[in-house]
Amino acid sequence: MTNEDRKALALFAVTVREDIVKSTTAAGSGHPGGSLSAAEYLTYLYEKEMRVDPKNPRDPNRDRFVLSKGHAAPALYAVLAREGFFPVEDLIRLRKIDSHLQGHPNMNSTPGVDMSTGSLGQGISAAAGMAAGAKLLKNGANVYCLNGDGEIAEGEVWEAMMFAAHYRLDNLCVAVDVNGLQIDGKTSDVMNSEPLDKKFEAFGARVTKIDGHDFDEIERALNFFHANIGSGQPTVILLKTVKGKGVSFMENAVGWHGKTAKPAECEQALAELETARKKILEA
Amino acid sequence: MAEVKKIATRESYGATLVELGRLDDKIVVMDADLAGSTKSGMFGKEFPDRFFNCGIAEQNMIGVAAGFATMGLKPFVSTFAMFAVCRPYEQIRNSIGYPHLNVKICASHGGVSVGADGASHQCCEDFALMRTIPGMLVMCPSDDVEARQMVKAAYEYNGPVYIRFARSATPVYHDENYKFEVGKGEIVSDGGDVAIIANGIVLPEVVKAAEILKAEGISARVINMGTIKPIDKDLVIDSAKVCGKIITVEEHTVIGGLGEAVCSVLAENYPAPVKRLGINDVYGYSGEANELMAAFGLCADGISAAAREFVNGK
Repeated sequence: MTNEDRKALALFAVTVREDIVKSTTAAGSGHPGGSLSAAEYLTYLYEKEMRVDPKNPRDPNRDRFVLSKGHAAPALYAVLAREGFFPVEDLIRLRKIDSHLQGHPNMNSTPGVDMSTGSLGQGISAAAGMAAGAKLLKNGANVYCLNGDGEIAEGEVWEAMMFAAHYRLDNLCVAVDVNGLQIDGKTSDVMNSEPLDKKFEAFGARVTKIDGHDFDEIERALNFFHANIGSGQPTVILLKTVKGKGVSFMENAVGWHGKTAKPAECEQALAELETARKKILEA
Repeated sequence: MAEVKKIATRESYGATLVELGRLDDKIVVMDADLAGSTKSGMFGKEFPDRFFNCGIAEQNMIGVAAGFATMGLKPFVSTFAMFAVCRPYEQIRNSIGYPHLNVKICASHGGVSVGADGASHQCCEDFALMRTIPGMLVMCPSDDVEARQMVKAAYEYNGPVYIRFARSATPVYHDENYKFEVGKGEIVSDGGDVAIIANGIVLPEVVKAAEILKAEGISARVINMGTIKPIDKDLVIDSAKVCGKIITVEEHTVIGGLGEAVCSVLAENYPAPVKRLGINDVYGYSGEANELMAAFGLCADGISAAAREFVNGK
């Protein structure tokens, strides 16, 4: 990755974070914390990794993305809008009565959304079905899924992993946004899911653990996925992330799962993100 | 009644899947370790590449089916009704119903006629649960002829469908000229004193009950309501107009199934007295299928007795 690439991706992620803060504040509800933690991964997927075309969002041979942690919809919407799937102006209408941007992703209302999600644990099963379908159809599609680390307490996640290993779905790349927090507190306190690497390995996946905010590491992890294609094993990327990343008062704070910034807090958050943007430009 | 051929509607399902599978390579079939019982295994034997045993993991199976459907494939999902509907209800609601995906949930072993396995396996709630899902067709065939046509109708409908098949072999009372149509009931025999609206394998018993009543001078209109949702509103209203009184018969809890679908139509359009026969808010238990059907009044004698009382105003 060139310095320029790195810079462009970092700037894109800052814009995504601004969109997340602005849209959730305008909505007065939504999930900024777990959206902010996923900003780099989603940015990289749509900027560098996936074969998708905003002008032909239903191309049958496209790669698929499933946001199994559907509450991070503000992050997905921001990325899709910035990629040109729909107008950026729509973002401010998040969760409004006449908006296509539902509180959780709806594949039939929002261009670029490949699966309706929101009820945790279900997206990964659909992703496994897509991966098995792509193999059957031999259309070369890869399927990317993003789960939360609280979400994986759902038994269905492990049913899906068993299915993916059994049917040798090496075209399936499951990432887990390991931000360590969920609604009621630290994931380690609410329902400890560690050691995640050992669990996913035991379920037949090839696992890599990375810093989920570092684009070079994300690139390496996705190269690891591509190297696994042909192995018959699904890939799992454990993204070590910070919930609320990029907004000082939201970082690693339990309360910001489903709470949105008030207008004054939003101003502060946007000022911080503007500073981050300047730093990137000056670097 | 002359000796008639008996076939379990799950057999009709398996055979039709194979037939459709030969015509359309987009059809994929899934099961959760009951492929031998549901007869989805017949498809698996002929098309192993398009058959996915998901193991005993029904919630994932529903999600995988949703994923297949988003790829333009046409998934049929099978297991026992209890595990196809009750266990993954929320997955059906959110991953199939809400996005209106083209998935056919084809369950076997519905109702108490499952028999000896007992209450844990006797699903009497599937119609009620599936009726609550917007856009879901809910159907239950009354014999082999209807079952085969229903599977084809489900295949032709672009959206989610639930069909319940039965474990036990039951009389084939339709001839091959019968034409099933989604959302249309069938007047099996006409009469003017009471209308008996039923579906599923209890239908042949309803036909017998109507013969018993006829011998006593009570003329019953017998309706086979193969589609529970959308229900044939016109036929329900017409039957109330013609007969005045309606009896519903289903191998299902009286809560939320065919009986209440009929009641809703009448309450809002043409109020008429209704007697709902079915499983009366209790669990089943072990026994032979015919013993259980008789114990719950879902036999010719039970149905005719209930009808006699109802018509005579008791």
